Amino acid sequence: MTSSAAVVRPAAARAPPLDLIAMVAVLAALLVLAQLVPVFDKWPEALVIPVRGWVTDFFAWFAQTAKPVTRAIAWLLAQPLALVEALLYRGIPAWKWPPLPWPAIVLGAALLGHWIGGRPLALLCGLASFYLALFGLWPDAMQTLAIVLVTVPLAAISGLLLGIWATRSRRAERVLNVIFDVMQATPHMAYLGPVVILFGFGQVPAMLATLGFALPPMARCTILGIRTVPRDVIEAGHMAGCTPLQLLWKVELPAAERTLLLGLNQVVMQTLAMAVIASLVGASGLGQKLLFSLQQLQIGKAVEQGVAITLIAIVLDRMTQAFMRRNPQRIAPGTPWVRRHRYLVAFGVLVVVTIAAARMFPALAIYPKELTLSYGGPINDAVRWISRNLFPYVKPIRDSITIWLLLPLRDFYLFLPWPVVIGIPAMIGWHFGGWRLALLPVGLLGFLMLAGFWTPLMLTLYLVTSTTVLCVIIGIPLGIWAARRPLAARIINTVCDTLQTFPSFIYLIPVIMLFQTSDLSNVIAMLAYATVPAIRFTYLGLLRVPQATVEAATAAGATAAQRLRKVELPIAFPEILLGINQTIMMALAMVAITALIGSRDLGQEIYKALPGADTGRGLLAGLGIAFIGIIADRLIGAWAQKRKKELGMG
Amino acid sequence: MTAPAKISCRHLWKIFGPDPQGFLKRHGEAPKDEDFARENYIGAVRDVSFDVYPGEILIIMGLSGSGKSTLIRAITRLNDPTQGQILLDGNDLLKATPAELIDLRRHKMGMVFQHFGLLPHRSVLSNVAFPLEVRGAAREERETRAREMIKLVGLEGREDYFPRELSGGQQQRVGIARSLAVEPDIWFLDEPFSALDPLIRREMQDEFLRLQKLLRKTIVFITHDFDEAIRLGDRIGIMKDGRLVQLATPEDMVSAPADDYVREFTRNAPRDRILTVGAVASREHVPVNGVNVLASAKIGDAAALVLSSDKAIAVIDADGKPVGAIDRKRMIAALYPDGAR
Repeated sequence: MTSSAAVVRPAAARAPPLDLIAMVAVLAALLVLAQLVPVFDKWPEALVIPVRGWVTDFFAWFAQTAKPVTRAIAWLLAQPLALVEALLYRGIPAWKWPPLPWPAIVLGAALLGHWIGGRPLALLCGLASFYLALFGLWPDAMQTLAIVLVTVPLAAISGLLLGIWATRSRRAERVLNVIFDVMQATPHMAYLGPVVILFGFGQVPAMLATLGFALPPMARCTILGIRTVPRDVIEAGHMAGCTPLQLLWKVELPAAERTLLLGLNQVVMQTLAMAVIASLVGASGLGQKLLFSLQQLQIGKAVEQGVAITLIAIVLDRMTQAFMRRNPQRIAPGTPWVRRHRYLVAFGVLVVVTIAAARMFPALAIYPKELTLSYGGPINDAVRWISRNLFPYVKPIRDSITIWLLLPLRDFYLFLPWPVVIGIPAMIGWHFGGWRLALLPVGLLGFLMLAGFWTPLMLTLYLVTSTTVLCVIIGIPLGIWAARRPLAARIINTVCDTLQTFPSFIYLIPVIMLFQTSDLSNVIAMLAYATVPAIRFTYLGLLRVPQATVEAATAAGATAAQRLRKVELPIAFPEILLGINQTIMMALAMVAITALIGSRDLGQEIYKALPGADTGRGLLAGLGIAFIGIIADRLIGAWAQKRKKELGMG
Repeated sequence: MTAPAKISCRHLWKIFGPDPQGFLKRHGEAPKDEDFARENYIGAVRDVSFDVYPGEILIIMGLSGSGKSTLIRAITRLNDPTQGQILLDGNDLLKATPAELIDLRRHKMGMVFQHFGLLPHRSVLSNVAFPLEVRGAAREERETRAREMIKLVGLEGREDYFPRELSGGQQQRVGIARSLAVEPDIWFLDEPFSALDPLIRREMQDEFLRLQKLLRKTIVFITHDFDEAIRLGDRIGIMKDGRLVQLATPEDMVSAPADDYVREFTRNAPRDRILTVGAVASREHVPVNGVNVLASAKIGDAAALVLSSDKAIAVIDADGKPVGAIDRKRMIAALYPDGAR
């Protein structure tokens, strides 16, 4: 190499890429333009297109027209729900039939846990269900559980069928993928508006909203599962002479069982989360009680109910996960029927015995009120103590963060002229994926602006970006730490696992306790909810750095810090990007929930639209959140893809 | 071989690309390498023709990407070929309706896969019985048959195991048992031993030869391993870039490779166990004087005799008639063709 080449090269490498200079220039030009021409600063109110009115009118018209159909659907769904409710807590009063005695359900849950996951799971299931009885939450919990039990099979089966359809037809898959992307990025709450208009308030609309939300993950897992069945297995099925239907039922679905069960796990978790949120449209159950407690700032009660919801979530999660890990067991030939079906037999005996016992001892039929406990009092005292003794210290911190950091940031977002806001993601899109990717933010954000959602959109962006930055600052070091120390990894993983099973609602309780209502509370609730993927993907990304590469760096004499900065982080970077992507998605999902404790963003638009039947407002605001998510997802995805390709991993 | 062919492939093409049929037509049904490159089509199987005779083991050998895997999938119609003819007992397989195809697979074909293709959720017994189950056999009947097959491949006592509880070699035994359960006429094996350790591979090759001696199936066997091809095949077809470069017995291939590509494979072949004395003998006449060798003997078996003799030794056929002679020099040249050059 000649000396001149050696000099030229590093200089060229250090200069900022031409793209970046051009981008900054364009943004500066747009800023100047905004000052000169007002239309390019704030989009005038007069030019807003009344889309939301149209959507509201459409839904009103549609609800009227489709009434016979929606009534029929509602009636149809109400039947299985009534049956399960009768079994769990209501009984059939007309016939004087009592519900299942509570010990039958508690011990039945333990038995189910034992069947699926052995003694530890049995203990967890039994104790968790006993908690519900002991703290007087039984009927509410059973109401919530009934919605879950009826919705899960419906969502699982319809998701399965859609997924199968997508694997048979490329075109169906393409269409479904786009629909699922939007559906999954739309926050839970936005589903409630249209459902209320079509089906009214109560349990059934809650089930329908849940169905819509829980279906995409099942369909996705079905597609993934069937597509990843090894080619040899499919071909073996063909060569055995399977008809297409035989191939599906006897080969593809059973071979994809694990991924399908993963889908089921997600359906169950989404269903529970939605059943809780659906309290906003009058679904009774634990969610509704929690909502009341939160609104009345009865923190003690809220904690009791929140723990109950969390316990149910953990139990359902562990059960479905254990089910996923189960292997088919060898059965010795000649095993008698009773032994092969011992769990079923035991459950039958249990039901009969408890029903008989409940006739003699009424306390075994319905859990008696006198025996319920409550720890709400002490918690309330603690909260009072906190607000008296700690809040005076917390408040100045909260207020100074709010005044010096959050509010200026918010004002900055509100100041930004719209061409700049739309221009930044468009140019990033251009850089990573060409004009197609550039048009996506232009189209989606432009639509939201034309529909008159600019201010809530900017407030949402402000909350989400602040949260994401904080999540990255907190999450990546934690991920690195976990990748370094096995013990840290164990602790962090356990905490992350547990945090992820909490329905998002729950995060509001401690935040309200400590910070009361403010922008900072919103950021912290979102932070608690959304940091997990940033930690997890950093950890996994670092773990996946090839051992040989790490060893080569060590052998070259790199210190641990050098290795991390120069070798491991660059290689793990695409993975970390995906983690940040997930973090943004979760922060967006939480935006809608934080509306319950006060905010002015798109989430609040959804929430406000709920009781007033202002469908257009709620739905479009929901889509707005989905649009932000989709833009972030596509841009980051393209970036990660590009890096992966450059690293030779794509 | 004079018996009618069991399988006949005639001018078989498998082309990948947006419009394979149109591409073939545009180039007069004989596109050249440049045509493929220019229009970005991939010719995985190009104008392949061959016959497989009853009871024969035909090996298709080729490196990865040579099209051997696509070829067997075309013959079994796991992937429909672009053009050509596949005659199975004289009937065109490509004209079979889906129902006929299913029927053929249920009764006439068995296939073994490189990665076994076992159903993870089913026991050994149920895996082996699977082809019978899909064709509607009663439980009693299919399980009896499956047990026979399991015994045949030496897995007795493991009927209730699940695939994950078996070693690779055992899993492939299950794959073999399953492929034989329907008593197929034609047995396809797609790199059946490639995923196994060398020692197990050897053992499974012996097992395969034992089974074939018993069953006398018509076999199409795919491999990328030339040693395996030589060991197992009655005839070997070598594929390169989708074309069948040479189809011959191991001996013909070693003694007369069609081109440098084939020669490269044969270089390290165990010539002493492939070449027969008759093939390397001279046609000169030497008196038969008690010391002579059979023309059909492998040269490795005759080596001690020939190398210890100073003179040429007579080569005789099965009837004892002299057909030529072989001496030390000729034998060494046959064993070390490169060194003799």
